[in-house]
Amino acid sequence: MTVPALKAKDYKSGIKAVWCPGCGHFAVLSALTKAMAHLGLVKEEVAVVSGIGCSSRLPAYIDTYGFHGIHGRALAAASGLKAARPDLTVIVAGGDGDGFSIGGNHFLHACRRNMNMAYIVMDNEVYGMTKGQASPTTLPDWSNSKMTPHGTGIPSFNPAAIALAAGAGFIARGFSGEPSELTRILVEAIEHSGFAFVQVLSGCVTYRPDQKLWKEEVHPSESDLPTDDPVKAAQIIQAGDGKATGVIYAKQFPVWQPENRMDSNLNTIEKEFLL
Amino acid sequence: MSDSSKQATSQSYSVAITGSGGSGAVTTGRILLEAAAQCGFQGLMTRSAGPQIRGGESAAMVRFSQDPVECMGDEYDLLVGLDWRNIERFADELPLSDKSLILSDPAAGEVPALLRSNGADILEVPFKKFASGLPGGRLNMVALGATALVCGLDLKALETSVKAILGNKGEEVVESALLAARLGYNHDHRPRITLEAPGKPADHWSITGNQACGVGALRGGTRFVAAYPITPASEILEWLAPRLEKLGGSLLQAEDELASINMIIGASFGGVPSLTATSGPGLSLMVEGLGLALVSETPVTVVNVMRGGPSTGIPTKSEQSDLNIAIYGLHGDAPHLVLAPLSIRDCVFTTQWAVQLAEHLQTVALVLSDQSLGQSQAIVEAPPQRELSLARKVEATPDAEYQRYAITPDNVSAMSLPGTAGGMYTADGLEHNPRGTPSSMAVDHRTQLNKRLHKLEDFDFGEDWADVEGDGRRCIITWGSSTGAVKEVAGWLWAQGSSIKIISLRLLAPLQHDRLKELLKDMEKVLVVEQNHAGQLFHYLHAEGVLPVSAESLAQPGPLPLRPGRILRALGGGG
Repeated sequence: MTVPALKAKDYKSGIKAVWCPGCGHFAVLSALTKAMAHLGLVKEEVAVVSGIGCSSRLPAYIDTYGFHGIHGRALAAASGLKAARPDLTVIVAGGDGDGFSIGGNHFLHACRRNMNMAYIVMDNEVYGMTKGQASPTTLPDWSNSKMTPHGTGIPSFNPAAIALAAGAGFIARGFSGEPSELTRILVEAIEHSGFAFVQVLSGCVTYRPDQKLWKEEVHPSESDLPTDDPVKAAQIIQAGDGKATGVIYAKQFPVWQPENRMDSNLNTIEKEFLL
Repeated sequence: MSDSSKQATSQSYSVAITGSGGSGAVTTGRILLEAAAQCGFQGLMTRSAGPQIRGGESAAMVRFSQDPVECMGDEYDLLVGLDWRNIERFADELPLSDKSLILSDPAAGEVPALLRSNGADILEVPFKKFASGLPGGRLNMVALGATALVCGLDLKALETSVKAILGNKGEEVVESALLAARLGYNHDHRPRITLEAPGKPADHWSITGNQACGVGALRGGTRFVAAYPITPASEILEWLAPRLEKLGGSLLQAEDELASINMIIGASFGGVPSLTATSGPGLSLMVEGLGLALVSETPVTVVNVMRGGPSTGIPTKSEQSDLNIAIYGLHGDAPHLVLAPLSIRDCVFTTQWAVQLAEHLQTVALVLSDQSLGQSQAIVEAPPQRELSLARKVEATPDAEYQRYAITPDNVSAMSLPGTAGGMYTADGLEHNPRGTPSSMAVDHRTQLNKRLHKLEDFDFGEDWADVEGDGRRCIITWGSSTGAVKEVAGWLWAQGSSIKIISLRLLAPLQHDRLKELLKDMEKVLVVEQNHAGQLFHYLHAEGVLPVSAESLAQPGPLPLRPGRILRALGGGG
């Protein structure tokens, strides 16, 4: 029996998004559904997991299994799900505050644990859902938030560099304004065996109208990509302006999945307590 | 009437073995308990240790009897001093009387005055001298031999136990220990005990409370655990990790407790019964995750092995002071299950019940064990198998009308698991409508609040909600590990022909109001007994309106164990 191939729109749930008109996340949703259609993923065998924030609303808009958890803990929930259900394709989505601030520890350990999942961070350098505070990727002199009226005064966080240092085997940067390249990157991320990290520059029209300039600033990387050399990857990431797109680093590390086997039963195990 | 009618009363023997850290007090106690078990006794070994990893003080307390032993007694029949360094740090945990005997090595110096003050007898055995005459000889093994003779334990049983406990340390260690133990055993002294050994029964188990929680988790169907190490819960995880693997499951060591609770929620969303174990500080970190599990109706079980709190508190010693956070800790209106095992043996059933209740009711179950249960070793009758017809309701063939949070007669709705075509939904911590779509509408909030409340309130928990024993117009209400000492007091009173009813709560939430009120309606005296400072159960029961105004509270904080004599005094003497 042949099943007709699914189109990108078949992966959309039809629930109306809460995002502002013009939000970059619409393009990410669209690129993700295109990537899923391209890969021919069986809908019920996919779980999209997220935390809290504008971008974390994404699972409800996709017609697969979804888990919209609590702030910062998407990677933890996804890791438990993947450990218990290795048969599923697990995709994690979220924002810069969710992933790099409140969820920072899980980001580090998901990179080094290297379970087979794709992690898409829609980075707009701002907390949108709480109405415009600085995030870990906000530049230190951005002073438009009432909470940090003089800017944060602290250097911003370089997600790709951290992912590399923490041991991730796939690091990419995409842009919501380049949807076809983004689709290609997401296809590669989902196909990558191990933990795949994709930073998507996805501008906030409401609290960061200055990001309209990204259209001009973002550019394809001039380096020969991807590399599988972590030293070269570090050079590319550190020397870059943070606006270069492409799959920066792809290297195969052993994928971690808990071992289990069925070679005993509980009655046998309980015998150890007999005197 | 249950097991407690044959609860150990005066027919038990209690031994405390003390020494500085590394002196081998705990190993000595383990072998002594095993030897008593080989002779057919049931028993209990608790331990007391300072926070030092090595070099502090340590003590092993062993009590054995022909009957079940579920608490330590009021005083020790025998105190064995391997040395007297740091003894002042825990002398108050080792009450003696003029009927007690102190076994002491003259080489360790004079028995400290604070131990002699009650008029205990002293018996000197040269542990160190005997040990130094043997290659690799250790003085604690000499003391073990001397102790076993005082306890009237058979030399063969002692030798079997030395081999069983030290067997993994190699033949040389075992041989040397056997020589030393025989020297101590054959020293010129005599048994001081009148208990007759029952002879070896076939079905006794030797188990700790933490292991028993592990067994209960597996019996309940748990096949995924994520957790972060913490005292005094880690042994649950260490015991489970290799055994889960053999049963097709797994354990994931998480980066912190925020991760572990969310990992088990993720795994349970995938359809695998999941559990974590922790202690107070870890539970505090998990609370936000518990709310997520509760609202998304994703079943999870958390075993919380309580220690002295708040904050870092007293990590190595016991207290029942996490009842408040367990019941009230979540934000929002968040009904869930709170249970507590009533003994080490009961850790098996209570944990199994918790896991299966969480699965059946698609909610959060908290199990309040504690250090005194978790890290004590017990010799008990094998816990019987209990088949519970409680399982997760799963939708295997969802149709177009499928609603994940549909309102049903029992308020539990069938869960569709990833991999099932047509059942796709997004589990959410946001309030939602029956289909699972996020909603901030009043009608949806009220509907789902009612659903989550009534699936618990209307459920028939059967007879296991409490152990209710005895009768009369006086009553003790207790919970968790305090039950052992309460049952001992009840045993004394029943033996004297006095009446008392005891209610030991295994299910703390949802509170079984009607059943409690019925039991308490004609009581003249009600005493609520627990091991914490604030009287958390007492206040909870008052807040829920089930206690008479005259009810009294006996709340004693850790780390000192709640002793039966203290409870008897609070009850107003022996009559």
